[in-house]
Amino acid sequence: MPHAEDLLFRSLADPTRRAIFENLCRSGEQTVAALTAAAGVSQPVVSKHLGLLREAGLVEGRHAGRQTHYSARREALAPLVDWTRQMTGFWDGKLDALEDLLKRMDQ
Amino acid sequence: MTDTQTRTVTLEREIAHPPEKLWRALTQPHLMAEWLMQNDFVAEPGHSFRFTADWGAVDCKVLEIEPHRSLSYRWDAMGLESVVTWTLTPTAGGTHLKLEQTGFRHDQGQAFHGARFGWTNFLNQLETLLARPE
Repeated sequence: MPHAEDLLFRSLADPTRRAIFENLCRSGEQTVAALTAAAGVSQPVVSKHLGLLREAGLVEGRHAGRQTHYSARREALAPLVDWTRQMTGFWDGKLDALEDLLKRMDQ
Repeated sequence: MTDTQTRTVTLEREIAHPPEKLWRALTQPHLMAEWLMQNDFVAEPGHSFRFTADWGAVDCKVLEIEPHRSLSYRWDAMGLESVVTWTLTPTAGGTHLKLEQTGFRHDQGQAFHGARFGWTNFLNQLETLLARPE
């Protein structure tokens, strides 16, 4: 069974899929038709991408009549953000030391 | 910090020193040792080297070098294969320094090549996206 983070990564590794997700984050809930207009690929392709995003927990669909309205689930990104914060702390400390060194190199 | 996560970090700083000087601190082993870790770095594409610290070692390999502009090397440690890229841009007050570290597991090698650039930019925007009201 794939790890949650692996699935998350694979879902967002594709540029078209990532663009669809970003669009939903930016502009809020949308139908497949609206997403297709923005994506520059065919509706079946967009639907397939949405299926994979949904599998990763990144989007959810709401049925309204014959349409499905999709929206982003930003909380699904939390594992990545937490990790990014940890590593950012490591490099932040190193960059402080780098700037200290640069000051000493003046002398 | 398990070995199953995907990892990307980007940091940017305005440095009040010219690119040439910053470049020395990024590429001269004795200077790198002062702010980063002990190492046997050589500024030559394909050169394998190691950073060592009391907590362990990082296996590295120089990938690309453009003097005073950019430097990237493999950074493999604790089950993570990653790439660290430094980019220097001259500014009126010194240098704009950008650090990117992007890591993937072994079995994600293929995804790595396709995703490297867009993925990094995407993660840059994560905090903004998350901060917005639903």
